[in-house]
Amino acid sequence: MTDLLVADLSRWQFALTALYHFLFVPLTIGLSMMLVIMEGAYVMTRKPIWRRITKFWGTLFGINFAIGVATGITMEFEFGMNWAYYSHYVGDIFGAPLAIEGLMAFFLEATMVGLMFFGWDKLSRPAHWMVTCFVALGSNLSALWILIANGWMQHPVGSEFNPETMRMEVNNFAEVLFNPAAQAKFVHTVSAGYITAAAFVLAISAWYLLKGRHVALAKRSMIVASAFGVLSAASVIVLGDESGYVDGENQKFKLAAMEAMWDTEDAPASFTLVGWPDREDRTTHFAVEVPYVLGLIATRSLDGEVEGINDLVDQAEARIVNGIAAYDALQTIRRDPSNAAAQEAFAATKTDLGHGLLLMRYVDDPREATQDQIDAAAFDLVPNVALLFWSFRFMVGIGFLYLAIFMVTFYYSNLRRSVPSWVLRMVVVAAPLPWLAAELGWIVAEVGRQPWIIDGILPTHLGVSSLSPAHVITTIIGFTLIYSALLYIMVKLMLRAISKGPDGGPVLPLGGGGIADAIGITQPAKPSASDFDT
Amino acid sequence: MEIPFDYETLKVIWWGLLGVLLLGFALTDGYDLGVATLLPFVAKKDEERRLVINSIGPMWEGHQVWFILAGGAIFAAWPIVYAVSFSGFYIAMFLVLAALILRPVAFKYRSKRPETGWRSRWDLALFIGGFVPALIFGVAVGNTIQGVPFALDDTLRMTYEGGVVGGLFGLLNPFALLAGLVSVMMLVTHGASWLTVKLELGPVRDRAARFGMVTAILSLALFAIGGIWLAIGIDGYRITSEIDPGMLPNPLRKEVVAESGAWLSNYGKYPWMILAPGLGLIGSAVAFVGLRAKTSLAMVGSSVAIVGIISTVGVSMFPFILPSSIDPASSLTVWDSSSSHLTLFVMLVCTVIFIPLIIFYTAWVYKVLWGRVTTEEATGADGRHAY
Repeated sequence: MTDLLVADLSRWQFALTALYHFLFVPLTIGLSMMLVIMEGAYVMTRKPIWRRITKFWGTLFGINFAIGVATGITMEFEFGMNWAYYSHYVGDIFGAPLAIEGLMAFFLEATMVGLMFFGWDKLSRPAHWMVTCFVALGSNLSALWILIANGWMQHPVGSEFNPETMRMEVNNFAEVLFNPAAQAKFVHTVSAGYITAAAFVLAISAWYLLKGRHVALAKRSMIVASAFGVLSAASVIVLGDESGYVDGENQKFKLAAMEAMWDTEDAPASFTLVGWPDREDRTTHFAVEVPYVLGLIATRSLDGEVEGINDLVDQAEARIVNGIAAYDALQTIRRDPSNAAAQEAFAATKTDLGHGLLLMRYVDDPREATQDQIDAAAFDLVPNVALLFWSFRFMVGIGFLYLAIFMVTFYYSNLRRSVPSWVLRMVVVAAPLPWLAAELGWIVAEVGRQPWIIDGILPTHLGVSSLSPAHVITTIIGFTLIYSALLYIMVKLMLRAISKGPDGGPVLPLGGGGIADAIGITQPAKPSASDFDT
Repeated sequence: MEIPFDYETLKVIWWGLLGVLLLGFALTDGYDLGVATLLPFVAKKDEERRLVINSIGPMWEGHQVWFILAGGAIFAAWPIVYAVSFSGFYIAMFLVLAALILRPVAFKYRSKRPETGWRSRWDLALFIGGFVPALIFGVAVGNTIQGVPFALDDTLRMTYEGGVVGGLFGLLNPFALLAGLVSVMMLVTHGASWLTVKLELGPVRDRAARFGMVTAILSLALFAIGGIWLAIGIDGYRITSEIDPGMLPNPLRKEVVAESGAWLSNYGKYPWMILAPGLGLIGSAVAFVGLRAKTSLAMVGSSVAIVGIISTVGVSMFPFILPSSIDPASSLTVWDSSSSHLTLFVMLVCTVIFIPLIIFYTAWVYKVLWGRVTTEEATGADGRHAY
């Protein structure tokens, strides 16, 4: 039996390092695209202001990029360090997109980023713009490949178990590549990155406008950011809905938990707006429900059923019993590979092998499981309902809020050419929310997959390395110390660079006074209309 | 779809390809590791240090990807090797990660503030980011040559003896330390060659060349000592059962013994393999001559030395990748540790398409940034984006 404490500690470490890494990734993905737009304006108009704008946001991009790359290396190596059995069990499929990410995307991004910073005077305008485009292409392709890998963990297609090698092996790469779960995740995650970057540029520009500094740069940046933001927020919501639809098809427990849907209702199911889900009592207290809405979102029909958690648990019990038969046949095949009866039995039940392995949390040999243990293993399939329910609601709420913010700023900055200070203050105050939404999105996707590391194939606790708890605690402390120090330094440098502004001028105070100014405790300077002339 | 190569051939091709990727890492990122290790010794004043840092400034990020790619490729092509080695060397891997996390951050942040204290702290971080990975990679190779204490159970779950491999002390035995030193000397020589070629003429370049001459000699001597030690004092491993190279990968389908001199037996079977250690020795000597004359011959020499020394490890151990000291039958070899036939083929196609592309655009970036780095460039008004 694997050490459950080591598995839990490894999960905490993975969550810690992944959530930390994911603070930087969305901004890299989005800001690289915005640099392409800004520098594109420079190449076309040849106005030096656009070069200044590109260089300024490029400096901030660089600070964020360095730490994003550094923390990304940890992610790639952690699979082997902490999840060795997982790496063996699915490396045949999961390793490939990771390696292709390096070959196709990461090399391009990392090789070109140096030239992006150092090449301003060594390249012609279009050539430098092309370099910036390659950085953006690399960042976005990188997201594609890592989400193909993640999509396979959520919805494993194109592969089957091989009893001789004791692992999953690929039998159809095209299916892995065009996995609907991966495609939906990719577009949703990338658009979320675009929102983050648009919100970032918008907030800093708004702060400059409130302070009356770098007005020409801030206004132009705001025009680009609000337009980019409107498009991104619209697509993140539409494509997030696509992601939910795909979950409804493939990860029924996740969808049911996100919606705290305990019992199957007559179609179309109602949507629980708020409430307090209680996993032990299998009910949602204080639920406020909106009729029909969930059925429409999840099945896109009036008659499609959304299955409730309790029914899903009952169905899972049958799969666990089937999984025990698969496990039994597998043991026979491994002793006697030519046993035709066992092979036939395994072929008939192998899709449920993973469900049989769920019992290994309670017994070494699933065949010796009692009915109580089977019941317990089936209920283990219910993820943390309250966490998913609320993470999902906050994430979606932030998405809609930002759609509104971008529409308002777009209206004022592009159409009215003057943004009132209440809007600017709102933009500054809301700035941290896209990061929160990104983190919550990770929680919905990954906590929602539990107790599986590969959905339906391998339970999380079996994927872990044979380490001692002391090992993992050591590295958790180590990563926490290094990452905290880095975050502190990076935020300070970022604030310093923002305070310095595009001209590399003297550092103005940004602490209490600056923020107090920004949110309107002091009187902001009035931007004049002439600043918008290009 | 019919796969145009048989399984055995693909397994051997991937053994070679992973060698190429590791060499790609050592040859490119080796400059940065070596230069960072040299930083406190060859550059004293701030502008000298900026000169050194800016000589690798635009390139290190691309170089580092070879490391990430090598990690990803091992995962894809040899999943169980990735699983056993990364979890087995747990604490060592953490130290490498910590050092490599510090490095990019140090590059980016050092120049953001003018204070001496700030800058010397990041210089120390850069030194650690160069020296620690260079040493640990060598120590890990030294342990791999001797065999690592892991075993596979019948579900192929890997366990390690007494948590020793997970710690650091078990790793630091005399032979492994020697291998670590060879690695440091070889990479510092490489870094010194880089500085000789890339820096403006002056005291920093002279110091780098002098340091490089010493490390080139040490690299040659320690590598030779390692070879003799391997011949007389270190047990190698040998497969004693019949093994079908085209088999479905399952490491438990063979028998293995540890015996003295086994790591030299390949040289008897395939005499051309003697080329590898030969290049290791000759390369170091050529690097010495080149550094003494301060010409680009130094770079040729240090590159040849790296290719020779790393290939020596690969060909001596073939077909072994990761031998087990406590349960030799669990040892991982080229024949029984790879991915499936289809994955190896698909990944080969991707590699054949993308590696030439990568080399092409890396070469283009080198060309754009060609020429010696000057103090003026590194510290002048134009150096707004310089480190």
